[in-house]
Amino acid sequence: MTAALINVPAKARRGDIIEVKTLMSHIMETGYRRTAAGELVPRNIITSFTCRYNGKEVFRADLFPAIAANPFISFFTVATDSGKFDFEWIGDQGFSETASAAITVVE
Amino acid sequence: MILARAIACAALLATALPARASEIPQAERRSGYSFMAPDTKAIQDDDTTNPGMLWVLDGETLWKKKIGTADKACADCHDDARTSMKGVAARHPAFDKTLGHPVNLEQRINLCRAQHQQAPPLAYESHDLLALSAFVAEQSRDVAISAPSDPELEPFVANGRKLFGQRQGQLNLACANCHDDNWDKHLAGSAVTQAHPTGYPMYRLEWQTLGSLERRMRACMTGIRAQAFDFGAPEWVELELYLMSRAAGMPIETPAVRP
Repeated sequence: MTAALINVPAKARRGDIIEVKTLMSHIMETGYRRTAAGELVPRNIITSFTCRYNGKEVFRADLFPAIAANPFISFFTVATDSGKFDFEWIGDQGFSETASAAITVVE
Repeated sequence: MILARAIACAALLATALPARASEIPQAERRSGYSFMAPDTKAIQDDDTTNPGMLWVLDGETLWKKKIGTADKACADCHDDARTSMKGVAARHPAFDKTLGHPVNLEQRINLCRAQHQQAPPLAYESHDLLALSAFVAEQSRDVAISAPSDPELEPFVANGRKLFGQRQGQLNLACANCHDDNWDKHLAGSAVTQAHPTGYPMYRLEWQTLGSLERRMRACMTGIRAQAFDFGAPEWVELELYLMSRAAGMPIETPAVRP
């Protein structure tokens, strides 16, 4: 399964406010649903999302059972330097995915 | 929720009982997209926000993967899908001469698997079948749906048209009662829409996953409390054919996003 869709502008001017969009593939099973046989379906959600910009954390979110499948997270940050965005999703049942995107910052 | 819908349905019927008024004039046809809120349109418009793209990308991987006893990938015969698969979704279901009946895109993929890859068929609504059909259909994005022109298809289109206009289920409703006669109204707050199959398989927010046209039609049949046809039943393909003839000329949007 393809893990993530990432949208970071490839190029920006220093000081620009840029939007970062991420979409992670995940079922986000709430843990409240039951099967036809009445058994509880174990919770399986992403619990945390982090974004580092050149190693420095610029965004973090905690996720909860009410969030829909394939969570889409978008946020804004300031383009400071050329480099890399590193994304990390951590969740139940040992779920761990990473992705990255490059940005070139010009004066 | 279902009860509320049923009551709304009944209320709708009470005001619009005269059966099938008429088919929708060409100039008034609208994709389900045009009924959506701006936020939902935005999800579909951007390939990095459209969750359907997850399946399209998976489909691209499957397209290149060698499988079956023939150890062949789709790409080994069809090469680059961007050229070979362009327009294919816009002209399916198509008549299969060997079988003597029309097949839709999912069935075509499974036929290819059986005949050329010697691989077992993929189950309806399985992840891999949805991914492959989304990938193939996405190559036809913006291509106009072509009206079924094969004369051998005529009886099947006619049968689909008949099914579309046939009342069924405990609520005794035909597809046409909502989608031809009352598409400009609302059912429990949701737009009824015209039922044009422009974006399948599509990501439905209610499902939180990608689904086929058959799944969508099943949902409608459950809504009118009718017994849905079996998976892969010929009636689905006939209905799909009629819907495609109804939507001829409208562009493919796969993977569409709907509420």
